[in-house]
Amino acid sequence: MVNAWEVATIVAIVAGVVGFFVVLRGSAFPAHAIPNGAFAGAAGANLIGINPLVGLGVFSLLAALGISALGRRGRPDVATALALVMMLALGDAFLSQTREFEPQLLALLFGDLFGVATLEILPVAVLGIVCVLAVAVLYRPLMLTSLVPEVAQARGIRPQMVDTAFLVVVACATTMTVPVVGALLIFALMIGPPAAARCCTSRPGAALGASVVLALIVVWASIACAYSSNWPVGFFVGTYSAALYAIARLSEVRTRAWPRRLVLR
Amino acid sequence: MRFVFEPGFFSNAPVRGALTLGAIVAVVSAVVGTFTVLRSQSFAGHALTDVATAGGAAATYYGVSVLAGFISASVIGAGSIEAIGADRVRRRDIATGIVLGAATGLSALFLWLDSSSTTTGASQQILFGSIFSVSSSTVADAAVLSAAILLVVAVLWRPILLSAVSPEIAAARGIRTRLVGLLFTLALAITVGVTSIAIGSILSTALLIGPAAASLRVTRTVVRAMALACVLGVAATWLGILFAYDSPYWDSSGSPLPVSFFIVVIVFFLYLVTGLPVFRHRLARRASTAPSGPGPGLVVPPPAVATR
Repeated sequence: MVNAWEVATIVAIVAGVVGFFVVLRGSAFPAHAIPNGAFAGAAGANLIGINPLVGLGVFSLLAALGISALGRRGRPDVATALALVMMLALGDAFLSQTREFEPQLLALLFGDLFGVATLEILPVAVLGIVCVLAVAVLYRPLMLTSLVPEVAQARGIRPQMVDTAFLVVVACATTMTVPVVGALLIFALMIGPPAAARCCTSRPGAALGASVVLALIVVWASIACAYSSNWPVGFFVGTYSAALYAIARLSEVRTRAWPRRLVLR
Repeated sequence: MRFVFEPGFFSNAPVRGALTLGAIVAVVSAVVGTFTVLRSQSFAGHALTDVATAGGAAATYYGVSVLAGFISASVIGAGSIEAIGADRVRRRDIATGIVLGAATGLSALFLWLDSSSTTTGASQQILFGSIFSVSSSTVADAAVLSAAILLVVAVLWRPILLSAVSPEIAAARGIRTRLVGLLFTLALAITVGVTSIAIGSILSTALLIGPAAASLRVTRTVVRAMALACVLGVAATWLGILFAYDSPYWDSSGSPLPVSFFIVVIVFFLYLVTGLPVFRHRLARRASTAPSGPGPGLVVPPPAVATR
């Protein structure tokens, strides 16, 4: 239980930070595709008998680089969709070659927060620190290319490079979080709290902070509910994230006449 | 012949069912998919399959028809995406993401409830489907629903096309673009529901986006793109079924590979091939020699323009 709290706290901080830029850049689709592609890697690693974390890392990196390479030559959303189905099909092929994977399949898709061993916390923490540091380094180029592309171009920032670097950060965040919260739910955590945070404030720094705080609230509440009800933690993460966004949107609509918030939109 | 079609390919009832269903699904996916790609709604097209999964899992748990669960969930999902905000592209992205996140939470719950009750193997069936194990009543349902979708698309042809290619012209001509967008997204939701129940959610996205995106790269009008997408989709599906049927004979282990794997590989290959410079140059040459194109709204933006 203590392990679950610690890991979930790390995951929430990373999801809050990375997710803020996912929402800002409108990259929800790649953020959904990379964890799903990574899931295929875990299935492949299981098939050839190596550590699933290696499979997750390799496939999420492949997904990130594939999406950004294909996206340069065509419509980005089509490139993401095709990269995603390709990864999923590989995962399907790997799964068809093994028989006793079903319980693990569900754990990988939906997470197994209460099964986290003490030894697993360290790699998660290290990858989490790497992600947050990478976002800190990329902070200005990410902000500029997302909000004022013209200024970014004038300063000689190459948007394609920033895009690829950002997707690699998402892949890194995915690798550490999929075994813990599952491929499908890291996505909910990366979208719901940051989108809600953006409705509450217009200053980027404050929105980033709010996004982390909201992600922590969602995760802690979800763990508490999952622990007491015995239902899967993913259900609570998904519904609480969506509920948070709904509340934030409703309160935003009510205060829309307020004239001070113009910067982010 | 013996080496191409392994014994019993044509006399096998599940294979015939799979070929029929595959063709129906590929055609309706190609038609709806062409508009989906033109409207940049690939994310919604994929997200709705996951939303449908939640409905399928819930239907399994409550013991009602899985097809009804798939379709009602994806229709509700489409409605919520449009309700949250489809007016701006970036907000549509977030709206789709929020609905997708909530739906995956619900599928987590219902798949967990399914697997803790008696049904075993249900989760993999819902997620990945199997074209060989569909019943003939499912084929009939899929045919009827597909015909209905094609009819709706035919009736709404010009408004959908115009609001996809140029929302400003559409609005200027008095077309209610929000309403058309909602109707199209609902048609997309039903397509996704039908194809997911038939062939699993992976294949549903692959057939929706792949053939349409590939043929939009090499044709200049929507009608031609759609026709080519139908041909490519059906060809990919049938080839995939053939390969999957043959695959146990390829090596000594004899374990079959899934149909979805082969179809996705073929579709992905088609998309890569149509992106080759050969096709782009031919298209550009024809564009420069062609007389000033057909009426407004009928010209597909050429690939070079369509990139960001």
